Amino acid sequence: MRYSAREEDWAAWMRAAIAGDAPAYDRFLKAVTPYLRSIARRRCDQFGAPPSEVEDVVQEVLLAVHLKRGTWDVSRPIGPWLSTIVRNKLIDSLRRRGRHVSVPIEDVMETLEADRQEDGANRIDVDRMLDGLRNPQREIVRAISLGGAGIRETAERLQMTEGAVRVALHRALKGLAALYRSDRRENG
Amino acid sequence: MKTDDLISLLAKDARVRVGFGRVFMTALAIGVVISATLLLSTIGIRRNMAEAIEAPRVIFKLGLTLLLAITATRLAFRIGKPGVPLHSAALTLLLPLAALIAGIATELFVLPQDAWGPSMKGHFSAFCLFFVPTLSAAPLAAILYSVRQGAPENPGVAGAVAGLAAGGIAAAIYAWHCPDDSPLFLAAWYSIGILVATAAGFLLGRKILRW
Repeated sequence: MRYSAREEDWAAWMRAAIAGDAPAYDRFLKAVTPYLRSIARRRCDQFGAPPSEVEDVVQEVLLAVHLKRGTWDVSRPIGPWLSTIVRNKLIDSLRRRGRHVSVPIEDVMETLEADRQEDGANRIDVDRMLDGLRNPQREIVRAISLGGAGIRETAERLQMTEGAVRVALHRALKGLAALYRSDRRENG
Repeated sequence: MKTDDLISLLAKDARVRVGFGRVFMTALAIGVVISATLLLSTIGIRRNMAEAIEAPRVIFKLGLTLLLAITATRLAFRIGKPGVPLHSAALTLLLPLAALIAGIATELFVLPQDAWGPSMKGHFSAFCLFFVPTLSAAPLAAILYSVRQGAPENPGVAGAVAGLAAGGIAAAIYAWHCPDDSPLFLAAWYSIGILVATAAGFLLGRKILRW
């Protein structure tokens, strides 16, 4: 795969993120999301999934990228790793929506290299998703995602250590990914 | 939830505490230790191992099973990491196969024809059939657990490779007990135990390696 300047940025941000740099990770995720969205939109179009599901797919893929980022070997280019994760999750996500799909990897790579569209829709029904989590995970997710609180602030408010908040947050994200999977199996 | 909110949530969980490599190695070490302990605490190492280990057939048996264990485990590790090329690692699986074929050919060449049957049957094939799958259970659990933390593209194939690796490890451990040394015995009986482990890995993998 062509090793573009943009890919080098992504790799540098992800490397910093893995070492614990939250702002760099934020930059990485915000930079990657528009590409994920345009791939997801194209696939939903192609397989007749309603456009309202695009953002669900994007969020599922983001969660997968997040939970599997430990499998990226930081000395390798990030493109092939990211494309593989995105493609597999995309297939999985669309399949659970009841469609048999195959997504050629070249396609994902091209899109990751090329187009870019902005959007910022609102999809998951927050309350329903949060209901699937237990406390303190639910409180933590609510405080950080909706209230925009930081780790320290959340820890103080819930009278927990920062370490405990981090651990609970990590579990909550795993839980959200699992909820997605089970939710789709039941309804789709 | 807005995607931006999800991103800010994810960003707060940026650090990776334990990388995939460390998870894999730790789990693998635990699995191997459990299996080796199981062998030592039940049937043990063969009594005459100190002298036997100099015999070419014994060296071949230990070497071949170890080679399978290493090549298959390496492939299982790479399978958990998306975007890593698998071709060359998969091709290394031909090494133990080629060594086995060479071993069989040599054995058939050096042994008179009426010794082929007894060498293949050996004395303790039932032990081998029981212990290779049994000893593969802990390494299989360890490798499946690790690969589950990874992101394998094809759950069934990843599970089968995990099973093959676990079977190879079990064979490499059982070989320290096994008193049947002919490559013909290896080909006839070890292979069955390893296939059982591979099939178990395939079936489990299809269930638990989806992500």
